[in-house]
Amino acid sequence: MHPALQGLITIALGVGGCLGYFWLSNQILDKVIFPPRGKDIGKNINRANLVRPWLFLFPALVALGLYLAYPVVETLRLSFSDRVAGGGYEFAGIDNYTQMVSEPKFWEALRNNFFWLLIVPAASTGFGLLAAQLTDRIRWGNIAKSLIFMPMAISFVGAAVIWKLVYDARPVGQEQIGVMNALWLWFGGEEPVTWLTVLPWNNIFLMVVLIWIQTGFAMVILSAALRGIPEETIEAAIVDGAGPFQIFFKIKLPQISGTIVVVWTTITLVVLKVFDIVFAMTNGQWETQVLANYMFDKLFRANDWGVGSAAAMVIMLLVTPILVWNVRNARREMK
Amino acid sequence: MDNIAGRKSALTWAVNISVAVLVLAWLFPTLGLFVSSFRTADQISTSGWWKAMFPSEQSLTLRAARPDTQVRDGDLYVIEGTLFTEGRGGEISAWGISSREVDAYVPGEVADLRKGGTVTVDAAGRYRMENTEPFEGSRGQRIFVTATTAPEFTFDNYRTVLFSGSTTDSMAKAFFNTLTVTIPATVIPIVIAAFAAYALAWMDFKGRALLIAVIVGLLVVPLQLALIPLLKFHNGIGIGKGYLGVWMAHTGFGLPLAIYLLRNYMVGLPRDIIENAKVDGATDFQIFTRIILPLSFPALASFAIFQFLWTWNDLLVAKVFLIDATGETTVMTNQIVELLGTRGGNWEILATAAFVSIAVPLAVFFSMQRYLVRGLLAGSVK
Repeated sequence: MHPALQGLITIALGVGGCLGYFWLSNQILDKVIFPPRGKDIGKNINRANLVRPWLFLFPALVALGLYLAYPVVETLRLSFSDRVAGGGYEFAGIDNYTQMVSEPKFWEALRNNFFWLLIVPAASTGFGLLAAQLTDRIRWGNIAKSLIFMPMAISFVGAAVIWKLVYDARPVGQEQIGVMNALWLWFGGEEPVTWLTVLPWNNIFLMVVLIWIQTGFAMVILSAALRGIPEETIEAAIVDGAGPFQIFFKIKLPQISGTIVVVWTTITLVVLKVFDIVFAMTNGQWETQVLANYMFDKLFRANDWGVGSAAAMVIMLLVTPILVWNVRNARREMK
Repeated sequence: MDNIAGRKSALTWAVNISVAVLVLAWLFPTLGLFVSSFRTADQISTSGWWKAMFPSEQSLTLRAARPDTQVRDGDLYVIEGTLFTEGRGGEISAWGISSREVDAYVPGEVADLRKGGTVTVDAAGRYRMENTEPFEGSRGQRIFVTATTAPEFTFDNYRTVLFSGSTTDSMAKAFFNTLTVTIPATVIPIVIAAFAAYALAWMDFKGRALLIAVIVGLLVVPLQLALIPLLKFHNGIGIGKGYLGVWMAHTGFGLPLAIYLLRNYMVGLPRDIIENAKVDGATDFQIFTRIILPLSFPALASFAIFQFLWTWNDLLVAKVFLIDATGETTVMTNQIVELLGTRGGNWEILATAAFVSIAVPLAVFFSMQRYLVRGLLAGSVK
């Protein structure tokens, strides 16, 4: 069957099936199991209302449980097991973890991830804040915002191609077609540089791609927060004789600190999972490995599911503080 | 505001210029790819794309007409013609007939051919080869020229990438595969999430707060954890790698954000409407389909855009759950990564392929930016 046709049938089945399920299960609940008539009418309505939320939630809960909750537990289990030849798994203790920490590539990935975590969220938030503050004050600000925000729509792979062209290097004597090398030679560089192989800067050059993508996100959120600042606080500062820089750093910044933290953590999450950029641009060569790509490498090249799972657990461990913090915030808001 | 007013014009200028620099810096890389996709391989490899708007000096390798086109002129055999193909043109500043000396002659000079005879080339690219013996061989004489050519753009790359049918370069199939992945993976989670969000927003039951907390937690669970268990699961139930698997995976991974966004939106809807409807005897199912769903359109659109962009741009999930050894089901992101490997230096193919895959998300982005921004704000500021 043609995949497009299969896709259409799947949409019809998926959407139709969901709607059918919801409608039918409600009908059965109301008409058959707890009909609102007879002597138990009040009791039946109450009982139906007790069951109904779970009818509405059921498909979502199944999908969430199967595709997100169960894998966390299963990956944890797999990280402590080894595949046995001929199928099946056996408990392997911490073998996978000891093997992982004995590999230099793992430490390289961990170290690089650490620098990614340090630099990318800070730079994206910084540039985003700058862009938000500046574009709010000019007439063509919305167009400028759109253009800075645009990389958000571009895939990591597309961005990798875009930046590979920027970093492209041609042999000495040929005309350079990458902007970086053209500028480098123009400013008096001796000979063209293959930027993606130069340690330790190549890591920075990869980070630039993600910063380029995430700045727009930071800008949009921070711009909304800046607009939400009460006008009176700024007017009062002006009356007191504060200059534009003082207003920004002493009045505005403290008032949007909560939003800055949110933006920072959101970008941190993206960084922890960064895979496509490294995969497409260097594939971890020249000491640019990161955890997510290390894990992919273990899974699908070395075919070692145990160590791959262990690497995934390391990523999970790094995410956990943000997870806890998010959940606590959400619970506080509900009260 | 006196103290600002005095310096206002200088500050405004500084702000305008800074924003212009920032926007240019952000636009420049994408622009490079866009411009490159309209240039020929020769143009790309001989001059930076930023020079594409101006006449450029290029070194070209061109060929004279084949020997079987020669004519007799008195007692001479002559091949005549113009080096540039129709529609192209240029000003030749130097030329040569050997790859070691590509600029040995200036226009108008006469060069001796290695196999006998002479050739001359003028500045406009017209050439004349003369010989007392007939010219032999099956291919035309190679002539190297250094020429200043006018800016020129071509759709050839797009023709190659979209319509050539070449198995390595073609993006046409990958385009449809991506579309096939994306649309069900966008529509199905919306339906499932909408019902769940309604329950979490407007129905009272035990454990509601806990469930919401769990969903907030699942929002940040890294995809990486799900890969191995789900691949095992898909193999176990017999769907293996394929569209069904990738649709299910995208649905599962998209649900937390969908439920979270939609619930936050639905909670904000006016309570009166829902209570009035209940008093009038509407069931929850009717309230949901007739009132909540239409009112939630902005939130639905926000999530739809997110999920569309995410599934369209995804590489990891497709690589793990969809693309098998035959490569029949490759998606565009994967195709581009493969091109990076096999065609690393062929920027005309790479740039065009990348731009084909970027074009759709960009169109969605620019036409529905409003909803995207609204969704972002609802998803993270709260």
